[in-house]
Amino acid sequence: MKGELLSANHAAALAATLAARANRFGRGFCSGVYPITPSTECMEFLCNQTIEKGKVVRVESEHSAMGVCIGAAAAGARSFTATASNGLAYMAENCVAAASLRLPIVLTVANRTLGPPWNIWADHGDALMLRDLGLIQFYCADNQEVFDTVLAAFRLAEDPRVLMPVMVCMEGFILSHTVAQTDVPSQEEVDAFLPPTRVPQQLGTTPHSLGQIELPRQTEAHRKQHHEAMRGAQAVLDEVCAEFERTFQRELPGAVVPYSMEDAETVIVSLGTMGLTAERVVNRLRERGQKVGALRVRLFRPLPVQELRRQLAGKRRLAVLDRDLSVGLGGILWCELRGIADPGALVQNYLTGLGGGDVCPEHLERILEDLCSRSEAGDPVFLEDL
Amino acid sequence: MMNEPLLGGMAQTVLDRGEPLLRPGNTNCGGCGMSNLMQMLRRAVADRPVQLIIPACCGAIAAGSFPQSGYGAPTLLTTFASAAAAASGAANVAQLNGEETRVICLAGDGGTYDIGFATMSAAAERNEDILYICYDNEIYGNTGGQRSSATPAGAVTSNTPGGKKEEKKDLMAIMAAHRIPYAASLSLAHADDTMRKLRHALDLKGFRFLHVLSPCPTGWKSEPALGIELVRLAVRSGIFPVFEVFDGQRHQINIEPDFSDEALEMYLSLQRRFQRSGLKAADLRPAIDRHWQNLRVLSGRIVPAKRV
Ligand SMILES: Cc1ncc(C[n+]2csc(CCOP(=O)(O)OP(=O)(O)O)c2C)c(N)n1
Ligand code: SF4
Ligand SMILES: [Mg+2]
Repeated sequence: MKGELLSANHAAALAATLAARANRFGRGFCSGVYPITPSTECMEFLCNQTIEKGKVVRVESEHSAMGVCIGAAAAGARSFTATASNGLAYMAENCVAAASLRLPIVLTVANRTLGPPWNIWADHGDALMLRDLGLIQFYCADNQEVFDTVLAAFRLAEDPRVLMPVMVCMEGFILSHTVAQTDVPSQEEVDAFLPPTRVPQQLGTTPHSLGQIELPRQTEAHRKQHHEAMRGAQAVLDEVCAEFERTFQRELPGAVVPYSMEDAETVIVSLGTMGLTAERVVNRLRERGQKVGALRVRLFRPLPVQELRRQLAGKRRLAVLDRDLSVGLGGILWCELRGIADPGALVQNYLTGLGGGDVCPEHLERILEDLCSRSEAGDPVFLEDL
Repeated sequence: MMNEPLLGGMAQTVLDRGEPLLRPGNTNCGGCGMSNLMQMLRRAVADRPVQLIIPACCGAIAAGSFPQSGYGAPTLLTTFASAAAAASGAANVAQLNGEETRVICLAGDGGTYDIGFATMSAAAERNEDILYICYDNEIYGNTGGQRSSATPAGAVTSNTPGGKKEEKKDLMAIMAAHRIPYAASLSLAHADDTMRKLRHALDLKGFRFLHVLSPCPTGWKSEPALGIELVRLAVRSGIFPVFEVFDGQRHQINIEPDFSDEALEMYLSLQRRFQRSGLKAADLRPAIDRHWQNLRVLSGRIVPAKRV
């Protein structure tokens, strides 16, 4: 293990490179890549690596990038790509195909606002647009977590009980371009962690079709299988995390990250880096004697419903932060948590950092003041209205 | 008729692929040119291992419904625009593993001339090791017969009720401009020439593009039994030039038309898609002449190659 100064984009690409090389005794690695701010440096880094039994195809669009990954994974190889924002939107059609074909492709997303109007800054709306397609989704809070989650994503995606694409999200610029000291394991350690990729449905030589017509009942059966495998992925993730710790002597956070939750009455729930800001605010407010906690949702699909329920049991006030907006309804995390929080809890939505706006501890303190002044929850509140 | 022992005057031999590429009982309409193509491809493939990559098109329907498979080879159905991208992935993985697998895209004109155009052009520019076959029925067959940029001027389609105004896109010229190792147009009515080209294309490395005029009785409003005859008329009249291009440089005309108005009139009159627009041979002749003048210059041959 050695420490390296890496941006989260480079961390993701380095993790993918190590995973790629680890499959040299399997069917190799093949990836399609296309640049878009703020994900570009990830594909650039990958294109500058030498990968034994590996090929990075520089395609003409994100749609084709995922197309190459689909072909590569269908041929039994390990596969990876990276994108953001409009690139992800453009790729969406093939993300559906990759998910429904149950191909273990790892995809990193440097979350960015969708446009036009063009805006290159962080917003979770791009990845959340693909929420329902059957891809596992992680939201990371620091560079080490990005690196580790990408490695773990390969193990998870390729597990025969899971077999589906895994998306690893990092907020654009906030993480993608921030350089931090990152522990990087040796190739031998990664080899030990990642067994050769096996895609049981791979094309091979026996005549069979992947992705052909299905009748309604067959689709229903396949959706059910996919759904059950996705739900089961959480238990597999626990195993992967344990194996990760054994191999790399470092902890990998699981589905949710609780912070000072035990006696907390008021909780800030969020995705990504806002969760770390929330932890700082919790520290400040705890010093003033307030019983505040923070809960960071790392795994968004499958949504860890049981664990969230357990964590939120008895919590009376929730501030749910969303760096995303389902226009006409509210924040997406909030929509999902309303059905999970205690029935009597006050669950208030705050739209924070839409379009990449800075979310500072002071903002969260204002949010908690607002939350505590309420006797009941209201419409989602935009940060600028506080 | 999927296992007919005779096709285009050729007997099936022991060297031919035992398993059909397109299996009996598939969903293609009777008289579909793509079925003919797949029979010839089967023979050309012989014992080479192949994988088929097929985007949305009639060929995707022919794969049949889960869990059966209409194709006698491993087959990946892709999104409409992605055949050449997915094939790039599969071909690279085959190469990384030292496998002889020939990755074949089978795509319609919509997936090639239109929505998949950028994808295919990019794969050609990267010279991926793909055999890309476009079966061109000059229409979106799968969705019920709308125009594509391969639809010829004058053809009535479900969304050009008065007949298409614009001329067909010259894809062979575009593929030649990519300077790929091999591009060829194939006539289903000229089996010897087609078999030779299929075999040549299967053995080459790099991006090979084959353009097949594929009769579509359903879209062309023509008699199913007349498909091969229609192709013969298209070749004779000069409306479908049969030639090959090596490395985007050397152009070789393979079948010499007689350019007769008789063949052209016959070609038009046997398809109801041309009748409603009232298209006449004379309307098409200038464009055909222009196209052929170009081809003559490119092939460097003034003398006809071969009469049919
Ligand atoms: C993105 C997308 N848009 C539209 C369609 C609908 N669609 C399926 S096949 C097809 C036309 C196919 O035409 P062509 O490629 O010529 O093949 P053919 O059906 O004629 O064999 C269309 C429009 C689709 N599947 N995907
Ligand atoms: S619609 Fe045309 S191309 Fe499609 S299967 Fe029928 S005849 Fe063949
Ligand atoms: Mg067509």
